[in-house]
Amino acid sequence: MSNDHSHHHDHGHDHVHADPHAPRKDLEDIPPTYHQALADAVAELLIEKGVFTGGDLRDTIEYMQGRTPELGAKITARAWTDPEFKAKLLTNAKEAAAEIGIDTGPAPLLVMENTPDVHNVIVCTLCSCYPVFLLGKSPDWYKSREYRSRVVRDPRTVLSEFGTDIAPERELRVHDSTADMRYMILPMRPEGTDGMDEAQLAQLVTRDSLIGVIEVNPPA
Amino acid sequence: MSERRYHDMGGLDAGPVARTEHNFEPWENKTDAIVRLLSNPKSGPLMRIDELRRGIEDMGPGIYDELTYYERWIASVANVLIEKGVIHVDELGRKLEEVKARHAPASTAASEG
Repeated sequence: MSNDHSHHHDHGHDHVHADPHAPRKDLEDIPPTYHQALADAVAELLIEKGVFTGGDLRDTIEYMQGRTPELGAKITARAWTDPEFKAKLLTNAKEAAAEIGIDTGPAPLLVMENTPDVHNVIVCTLCSCYPVFLLGKSPDWYKSREYRSRVVRDPRTVLSEFGTDIAPERELRVHDSTADMRYMILPMRPEGTDGMDEAQLAQLVTRDSLIGVIEVNPPA
Repeated sequence: MSERRYHDMGGLDAGPVARTEHNFEPWENKTDAIVRLLSNPKSGPLMRIDELRRGIEDMGPGIYDELTYYERWIASVANVLIEKGVIHVDELGRKLEEVKARHAPASTAASEG
């Protein structure tokens, strides 16, 4: 990302010249790739056939965009501050989440607790299963050949690539998700957080700590 | 024991994890929503997640690695819906032309300069 775009300042170029006051060029004006056009074509055919409505499609897109790691963080912070909630979360995650108004989606869900003796991490070696209702869409690396191949065989090295060093004496469990079982990790509450309330604690919890590739850092 | 297929990669050798991610584009969100609506029991379901996966796993190793994640999804959705007779290949072809025509350069020519 350095000077490879400098030629755009040449007025003879066919590139649209950037005028800071001009309305933004509409995304619609950029010709779609084959797969982008395919998504539109399939959606429109299904709407025409009455399989679902345009409203259903918009609502679903919006609903799924509202699924973000903040939901997983909220569940975690509640578990850290409410032992009864935590006990329920570890035995019946769907019901526990529903109690605080969080929908975990159609797939069954298990929450695995990290402790001083055991660290947990999730993967889907066959495809891309992920607790999408609690964390949103998964990052590209989660679906990569490298992560899916190696984290089940050499998890300590893979975690070290994320800057996480798990002590040799601490057990490391890798959970391979499927369409029939999703996992989320309950990270350990970091030191130095005794005075913090639930909302402050939730701020510390990151997506990657709920996947299990990192731990939750103490407040800076 | 049969040989493993290319999507079944757990335990194989591979390079270091490149921690890439990107912001999802509107067509990716749309594709995701199409799959959720089709796999919802309220639609039948017309297409189960297992069928989505089977469509992806049948693509062949070359295509599997070349396409991006949601490209694999929408290609699988289109194939499975055609197979099941929910949509027909000729109407999909016509609709694709219609979508492309809507984005034809004529509408943008005036803004150049």
